[in-house]
Amino acid sequence: MMHFEDFSSFLDMGGYGLYVWLSFGVTALSLLILWLDSIFSKRSLMSQVLSEQARQARIKAATEKSVKGDSV
Amino acid sequence: MWKWLHPYAKTERTYHLCQSLLPWFSLLGLLVIVVATVWGLAFAPTDYQQSEAYRIIYVHVPSAVLSKSLYSAMAIAGFVGLVWQVKTSFMAMVALAPIGATVTFVSLITGAAWGKPMWGTWWEWDARLTSQLILLFLFLGVISLYKAFEDKQQAGKAAGVMALVGVINLPIIHYSVEWWNTLHQGATIMKFDKPSMPAEMLWPLLLAILGWALVSGAIFLIRMQNEIIRREIKRPWVVELAIKNASASKGK
Amino acid sequence: MNPRRQKRLMAVSAILLIVGGAIGLMLYALTQNIDLFYTPSEIIQGKDGKIPEVGQRLRIGGMVVPGTVKRDQQTLAVSFDLVDTGPTVTVSYQGILPDLFREGQGIVATGVLTKNNHIEAHEVLAKHDEEYMPPELAEKMKGIKHVKPDQASYGSSKAGE
Repeated sequence: MMHFEDFSSFLDMGGYGLYVWLSFGVTALSLLILWLDSIFSKRSLMSQVLSEQARQARIKAATEKSVKGDSV
Repeated sequence: MWKWLHPYAKTERTYHLCQSLLPWFSLLGLLVIVVATVWGLAFAPTDYQQSEAYRIIYVHVPSAVLSKSLYSAMAIAGFVGLVWQVKTSFMAMVALAPIGATVTFVSLITGAAWGKPMWGTWWEWDARLTSQLILLFLFLGVISLYKAFEDKQQAGKAAGVMALVGVINLPIIHYSVEWWNTLHQGATIMKFDKPSMPAEMLWPLLLAILGWALVSGAIFLIRMQNEIIRREIKRPWVVELAIKNASASKGK
Repeated sequence: MNPRRQKRLMAVSAILLIVGGAIGLMLYALTQNIDLFYTPSEIIQGKDGKIPEVGQRLRIGGMVVPGTVKRDQQTLAVSFDLVDTGPTVTVSYQGILPDLFREGQGIVATGVLTKNNHIEAHEVLAKHDEEYMPPELAEKMKGIKHVKPDQASYGSSKAGE
């Protein structure tokens, strides 16, 4: 059974609305930031892996080219 | 005993284990936390002394409980890393620290927002509040100590020692309200005695703690994967994985 | 366990024991300062053989004695007695009281000891216990009726007695 009679008394929280919603708001925001940070650093790490891989491939190609050039 | 195993198989397997556990932890955690929070906010009865202000308990207690559990887990990971030199153990320690710091921060903020209307002050230097603040500094200390070292094996050792030394703070936090006279009241549920709360208030609280544990677990799994990738960024299996992920997201 | 691991385990445990012991001893030495407040009996009878001096800035924590709350209707001045297990100490205060302030409630007040049993407080905080329950249950079990702080009538009715 719902404790509050209507939505505005739910928001009011018996006069303690500011403190209750401040608590729940800060909590939700903090957890959201932590989650987003985890997700986005995973994404940036993945793209880092790819760029590192591309760089290695370029270096490999360049050295192969110069080796070929020397042999001619 | 792992000598005959391929040296990189372990982290790869750990990564995939995290991946397969992740949906369970996230979905179940989200569900439980939403149910518990709505239950606590709108359906649980009011308190005879504090009326609706007591509802802050449904975020304050889970965050405070989790802050101590996450610290214990982090310290155990540090200990295993130090004694058995398990690389993945230090990774787990580093993955846990920011989660612990966040929930400790939340417990302090929600405690302040509860203290202001009930006690009459946002903050008081009493033993419980101060030791919880020290817990936040310990988490931040572990994070920054790990970041300070270039050599990550060295960094893991230093941060592990710090995490272990800080364990002394855990019993202090717990018993501060009994050993000294404090503004903070004694334990409601984290004691051997019967909880000082009727069932219709207790159930959403216990459920909230479970939900927080599951969500912390889900975030840990992601951060653990991140640590593994960060340390093994040039390994073939990581490169393969990144290419697979990139083509999968392009295909969508 | 191989000998190298055993040595590491020993080293780590030794460091932990030493640091833990040091912190434990330090805290033990600081016990007196960690206590947030004096109880009324400690103010009258002394704590560890030391009685607080008049003029000393201190904190007191105790229960508001029912029937002792006197309020000035014009100003915010209020006075009440605090008790723990023995003698009472009177606290005078001018300002807004926390919402949980009521007779029988645990209170922590900061101020100056003006007489051996009187404190002029500049801050009054409310303590509450670890019990939570719905008002109907509290009424049944403890005979306490939940009153909203702004409806509390202790000030006006008791002041004239």
